[in-house]
Amino acid sequence: MAATALYGASSFGNWGKLAAQQALTQDKLLEFDTFGNVSLIHITDIHAQLKPIYFREPSINIGVGNNKGAVPHVTGSDFRKLYGIDDGSHSAYALTYDDFSSLAKGYGKMGGLDRVSTVINQIRADRPDALLLDGGDTWHGSYTCYQTQGQDMVNVMNALKPDAMTFHWEFTLGSDRVNEIVEGLPFAALGQNIFDAEWDEPTELFPPYKFFESGGVKIAVIGQAFPYMPIANPGWMFPEYTFGIRDERMQEMVDEVRAKGAELVVCLSHNGFDVDKQMAGIVTGIDVILSGHTHDALPEPVLVGETIIVASGSNGKFVSRVDLDVQNGRMMGFRHKLIPIFSDVIEPDKAITALIDEQRAPYADQLSEVIGKTADDTLLYRRGNFNGSWDDLICDALLSEREADIALSPGVRWGPSILPGQEITREDIWNVTSMTYPEAYRTEMTGEFLHVVLEDVADNLFNPDPYYQQGGDMVRTGGLGYRIDVTKPQGSRITEMTLLKTGELIDPAKTYQIAGWASVNQGTEGPPIWDVVESHIRKLGTVSLAENTSVTVDGV
Amino acid sequence: MEFTRRNAIVMGAGAFAALALPKLAIAAGGEDAIAAFTGGAEMADTGVTLTAPEIAENGNTVPIEVDAPGATEIMVLAMGNPTPGVATFAFGPLAGSQHASTRIRLAGTQDVVAIAKMADGSFAKASSTVKVTIGGCGG
Repeated sequence: MAATALYGASSFGNWGKLAAQQALTQDKLLEFDTFGNVSLIHITDIHAQLKPIYFREPSINIGVGNNKGAVPHVTGSDFRKLYGIDDGSHSAYALTYDDFSSLAKGYGKMGGLDRVSTVINQIRADRPDALLLDGGDTWHGSYTCYQTQGQDMVNVMNALKPDAMTFHWEFTLGSDRVNEIVEGLPFAALGQNIFDAEWDEPTELFPPYKFFESGGVKIAVIGQAFPYMPIANPGWMFPEYTFGIRDERMQEMVDEVRAKGAELVVCLSHNGFDVDKQMAGIVTGIDVILSGHTHDALPEPVLVGETIIVASGSNGKFVSRVDLDVQNGRMMGFRHKLIPIFSDVIEPDKAITALIDEQRAPYADQLSEVIGKTADDTLLYRRGNFNGSWDDLICDALLSEREADIALSPGVRWGPSILPGQEITREDIWNVTSMTYPEAYRTEMTGEFLHVVLEDVADNLFNPDPYYQQGGDMVRTGGLGYRIDVTKPQGSRITEMTLLKTGELIDPAKTYQIAGWASVNQGTEGPPIWDVVESHIRKLGTVSLAENTSVTVDGV
Repeated sequence: MEFTRRNAIVMGAGAFAALALPKLAIAAGGEDAIAAFTGGAEMADTGVTLTAPEIAENGNTVPIEVDAPGATEIMVLAMGNPTPGVATFAFGPLAGSQHASTRIRLAGTQDVVAIAKMADGSFAKASSTVKVTIGGCGG
């Protein structure tokens, strides 16, 4: 199949312009001319967000090497121009960051798995054997998910009847708990790169692929879990498992399923977008990669050779529908839509609403307790390569509650936003801090070691070879400013490290008091970060944050 | 109190693992070992396959595999280690395959090199950068 022969349609651009001029309706959001003979439904990186949320997309998302300026490293007005999205439209609100606070008031919250269920049901009404594929990061990220060790998410997702799933943060529940859940899952738990650590062999619990029959087409879905779990997350919590990209084995698996008669090969991936793009150029024979991990929401698939890559956002904000025409073992064309889940427009599936509320009921009082509020000029958000106001607040909490010179907060990409003038509940705090290794540590580091830490994390983000990146964003710093040149090699990107409270340059030989959280090391001690943040917000009452100008970025 | 680099790293270990150092300089010993093994002969780019992770899960035990059909010997070097020599696998005429796997220790981010000596006396080389990192902070 020549790439030029591939007929593709993503009706997003024109549809976006049209809809902006009309009132949003569920019919409009879900409008789709059923195409071909196969439908895939992709949702990923839900991070345990059962209920609708606000989620601001990033203002800064720098691509390096061959990915400089390429999607998903396009934000704001450049993004809108690229996809023909009008300023102020619902698509601008869903996909870009500008004017977020005012647009959010007009367009409301997004997501909610009861709304997602409505969308899935409608696609299944068009195509009863559509495959629902969950890209992982599902059983992590909220108060109830932590308290139930993921059971709330398992219960609700099972009701949506997925066909397969792959994994990342799930493993931070600990391998015993993950094994227990996976053994009882009513759908396939896939990962061609999930290996037994002792023997470096494939596991029985996580098969590499599963065959499905849909529309008379034999489909193989191959799973690809997050490759760097024991590095980005605490490996001691799941010591029996080892991962890696393992693209040679991916090729073997593609060849194996093709030899067994697969007419369509789908990779359900938690690699992250740039890694998927690189893998698509190395491994031949994959028709569709459903991409997760880096939380990118793209209105159109990206084509690499003969492979289409679909990115479906995060936190329940979007569902992708991909219809495919497969003839004689070849993908002849596709039609795709990134469906934004506007929670005030899409009718909730009442059975799922009831199921969600049942999970939350035992914790209702804890969840709803108001801890403070945001000032009228302060939006709390997380996404962005270098800082977000949520992390500024968390770093402030660490500096003040833990009496440190410098605070470090991990550059994770999950966590909903809080609008100006909105109450902050305990649930909101947990939505940006919940994890199984939450200890807020306090330690000493020399200036030299602090530099090594920043350089190390920067290389995980800005190494020009995507296979050496781990996803996530730069570690957030409180009390510390620096300059970064993203084009330099590891060891020389970070300069002008400055202790903000004195304005002095960081002395490599001097020792500083550092507070942080989410250490991957076993035996880390300290109070859980959500308690630290709650205590800080209680003291503040109203949270007001100045613009963070502590990081200067070069080489963009 | 004086802080050497080593002290600093050990102290920081409460929060971050102590493995990560900037990319190590290639030790001269590695090049010398290659020269001694090949006698300075040209090395082909194909003929030996080296499989190693892009990022090590644990720098103290990094799984690697080498495969060179028709080889009589395969030498493995960790170019950035204080002692670059890792192993040389020898295959007799009755060997069913010229393949070996082992786990090696890496002092930091560096290139791992495999050089195969073929039955006809020619050589082939493969190289792979393995990153050893602090970790954490992933999305």
